[in-house]
Amino acid sequence: MRHHLLLRVITKLLVGPIILFALYVQFHGDYSPGGGFQAGVIFAVAFILFGIVFGLSKVKQVFPPWLVHKLAALGVLIYAGTGVYSLMLGATYLNYSAFTPDHPEHGQHWGILIVELGVGVTVAAVMVAIYYAFAARPPVISDEEW
Amino acid sequence: MSALDMIVEVASWVAILLGSAFMLIGAVGTLRFPDFWSRVHAVSVADSAGMLLLTLGMCMQGGFTLVTVKLIIIGIFLFITGPTATHAVANAALVSGFLPKGADAFRKPKLIVDKETKKIKKKKRSPLKGKL
Repeated sequence: MRHHLLLRVITKLLVGPIILFALYVQFHGDYSPGGGFQAGVIFAVAFILFGIVFGLSKVKQVFPPWLVHKLAALGVLIYAGTGVYSLMLGATYLNYSAFTPDHPEHGQHWGILIVELGVGVTVAAVMVAIYYAFAARPPVISDEEW
Repeated sequence: MSALDMIVEVASWVAILLGSAFMLIGAVGTLRFPDFWSRVHAVSVADSAGMLLLTLGMCMQGGFTLVTVKLIIIGIFLFITGPTATHAVANAALVSGFLPKGADAFRKPKLIVDKETKKIKKKKRSPLKGKL
């Protein structure tokens, strides 16, 4: 990879803005197109791009596989936990209005934000996990045979 | 509508139409050019120019709003990534030994040898072939 100077420089330049854009899509999802799934994919793309250009070992130092697997589960836990919390407040599963009974819209706003966060975390982690799973495979055909 | 608004409107539509024309020319070039290198050249250059003009035109349509800021950010992003993608594709093609049409003549200049010399060389070499 020492050969690709231009790609390395551009990747370093772009990884930060891509993560920032992912967070924008994540937390602006209730006002504009976007939401948890898209934000998670964009977030994962930053790491996948970094991995493609700098190699799998470098990106695994930044985002270790054990953390990826924990985060994939954590997102589902956030999503399901929101639903269970609304059950404990005496409403139906994932009924956000129960969070703030005096002001249902407020609760709905918070509820959708938290649920989308859970979706985003899971999607980002699963995307990176899929990339790790594919990239860590030894090549079936050696480089000389291409 | 004041005169300034009119000028901005006309300028923005000129930019948008010119950008669309660039995009169209790039697309036609991609389809019709003979080999890989000229196609990459057509699509990369025309795309960058067309994208810039389209963004400029849409910025003028947007005025001083958040839309214009987003368009400028998109424009900067595409202005960086487009040529980078072209570079990556062209670099990969060159490294894997893909040469432009007619470039073999530049890569390996053919030695112009007349028939007599060839025959002599062959004769000189041929007796050794069996022994080696």
